[in-house]
Amino acid sequence: MDTRRADIVAAPSRLPLREILLFLALLAAVLGVYAAMGSAYSTRMLVEASCYAILALGLTIQWGYAGQFNAGVMGFVALGGFSAMFFSIPVNEAFWGSELPGELGLVLLAMIAAILVVLGATRLDRLGVPKRLRTVIAVVLGVVLYLVVINALRDVTDQIESQAGFIGGLGLPVGVGWIVGGALAGAVGFFIGRVCLGLRSDYLAIATLGIAEIIKAFLKNSDWLTRGTATVSPLPWPVPGPAEVGFTLARAMYLSVTAVMIAVIFFLLSRAYHAPWGRMIRAIRDNELSAAAMGKDINRRRLEIFVLGCILMGIGGAALGSFNSMFDPQGYLPLNHTFLVLVMVILGGPGNNLGTIFGAVAVYIIWIMSEPLALFVMELAVAFGEGAFGWEAPTNMDSRALQARVFVIGLLITLVLRFAPKGLLPEKIKHVA
Amino acid sequence: MNELVFFINNVVIAGSVTGSIYAIGAVGVTLIFSIMRFAHFAHGDMMTFGAFMVLLLASAFPGAGAAFGVPAALVLLPVAMALTALLAVGIDRAFYKPLRAHGVKPIVLVIGSLGVTLMLQGLIRLFSGTGGQSLYVDDRKEIFRLALPFEGVRVPVVITEPQLWLFGITLAAVVGLHFFLTRSRLGKAMRAMSDNPDLAQASGINTNTIVAVTWVIAGGLAAIAGTLLSLDVTFKPDLSFFLLLPIFAAAIVGGVGHPFGAVAGGFVVGFAETLAVFNWSVLLRPFRDSLPEWLTQAGNLAFVGTEYKIVVPFFILVVILVWRPTGIFKGKVI
Repeated sequence: MDTRRADIVAAPSRLPLREILLFLALLAAVLGVYAAMGSAYSTRMLVEASCYAILALGLTIQWGYAGQFNAGVMGFVALGGFSAMFFSIPVNEAFWGSELPGELGLVLLAMIAAILVVLGATRLDRLGVPKRLRTVIAVVLGVVLYLVVINALRDVTDQIESQAGFIGGLGLPVGVGWIVGGALAGAVGFFIGRVCLGLRSDYLAIATLGIAEIIKAFLKNSDWLTRGTATVSPLPWPVPGPAEVGFTLARAMYLSVTAVMIAVIFFLLSRAYHAPWGRMIRAIRDNELSAAAMGKDINRRRLEIFVLGCILMGIGGAALGSFNSMFDPQGYLPLNHTFLVLVMVILGGPGNNLGTIFGAVAVYIIWIMSEPLALFVMELAVAFGEGAFGWEAPTNMDSRALQARVFVIGLLITLVLRFAPKGLLPEKIKHVA
Repeated sequence: MNELVFFINNVVIAGSVTGSIYAIGAVGVTLIFSIMRFAHFAHGDMMTFGAFMVLLLASAFPGAGAAFGVPAALVLLPVAMALTALLAVGIDRAFYKPLRAHGVKPIVLVIGSLGVTLMLQGLIRLFSGTGGQSLYVDDRKEIFRLALPFEGVRVPVVITEPQLWLFGITLAAVVGLHFFLTRSRLGKAMRAMSDNPDLAQASGINTNTIVAVTWVIAGGLAAIAGTLLSLDVTFKPDLSFFLLLPIFAAAIVGGVGHPFGAVAGGFVVGFAETLAVFNWSVLLRPFRDSLPEWLTQAGNLAFVGTEYKIVVPFFILVVILVWRPTGIFKGKVI
């Protein structure tokens, strides 16, 4: 805690040397990749890095602005990806032409009705029913109605799977799916936040870890909604696709879309950061008790910022999903979509938006480039082992070499926390003289 | 009666097995939580590590069990426990202690433990490959089929050898831990430190020793849980990931900082899981004639499919956090 004292000296305005140097180095790295791997590959890498930058901005306002640790970024990314898929792919006539939409609608209505009935039962004590009896009634009603609705849903979804394959998309513009993806992620974030944010931050980490796995399990097993392991492709792009204008140009146009999104988010976030609202958020993060004593509604502010972060993750996940042009629920991995984003944020500088974007691009380049590197190192090791000791390498060396990257990511997290807890571009604390 | 035996096999035995595993894991988590005040996410991977050590040792000495008439894995378990305890203490020295010395917030330790999780996972997969392997290297898994002495019962109660060992060892571990915490000097010091770290330090308790002892116990228990789970099914490097949420749910249900609450929580979560995936229409079958038709028509009365098993611990977690965040046994208010 005391380490923060060093920042409190008002720094004279100076040339941001550190930022310039780091971004020049990053530019050199990007140009190096372009020279080595060709423009189509490198542009793809940049687009993915920019989508990750949106995710990282979402995490940096949760972790950097407010000190909330979200261990389930993957879940929100997957929700965004699902939404991008569902709204943009063409309408499935086999489903909409049958009587199945009506049946599905009926089940959904029944679900809403059941939820309302159970919620009503929890308020029975206002009518004079003893509280204990009310709880029993609500629980029994909940269990019975749940079983009824879930069985009806199972029947309908089985029919959809057998008759129409899956329900298909809505055929709407891509942007709609991105926005709804953000809204969906925000809604889930609201639910989690309501439960956990009044408690210690560890609980939030546990709960987000759980919800991410649940979202993934749902998307993977709901064949009627997402085709599950069969995957959905191709997803349309908001810009002309590679088939029309070629890989490099199409990807460059996609990159310009994500770049504009980052610029808008960046601008809005820095406005919010310097506004009274941002000051209040930081005051809560740095000293909860005194902020509460000043009359700030801590839990409400926390919920706001958590939901905001989740919305950004949903949008970023939607952009990433559309760009991959394939929705594969099994492709969402905690390593690629949670821990990688975490490394980007803590390495780049939590709470510093510029640092976060820098971290996102830099870490993504390292991540992409580390794959051939890991394979190369492993081959060297195997060759050395065979030559020196006559060691026979197991056959699945390639998949094992990639596991070495998991180790490196883990080591990176612990080392950064230990030696550079504020990241490469630390949060700047402005002081009025 | 056949339906009842089916219920015993699928709920009573299966629930006790998962419950015991969760209980041993949750005890470790809750001890670390109460001494060091952070949720240790790498616990699942310490379990995997312990099981992996047993796998390595059993592959190296496949005949070790023959002399005692038990599987080699069980004879070598104490060695694996010692190794895992050593690993736990080493991890603490290398990664958590410097962070604690910096006086960081507990949540930073949580992130650090996630980093350790990834490192352990990477290492284990690097050496073991990603596939599953049986811990029964040279032995045979005994399966006991107990036919019930009732008329018309055709299905036997099935229980396997590792399950019996699991129940025995869980009981021994819980009783041993109870005596350690209530009778021994170190155990009492641990409880003191859990209640009030400053006061404990002021009264002359060496907190460094207590932290080390906690890691030794947590590591040893993690090795037991991981090994017994792998004996029951198979050893898989990604074992840990699906254990983490139920174990934390168990620790929180039992009240964080209560080892016996964690045991109870483990069984609550374990039985809730098996009860939720059990198809209740099986039990209605004998009463088919006397029940209304719409009830018997329902083919599947399971609450969740097995693929959604992970929803159950999460649901329990949410309910307990909303209804009583301190857990059933009033753990630390956090």
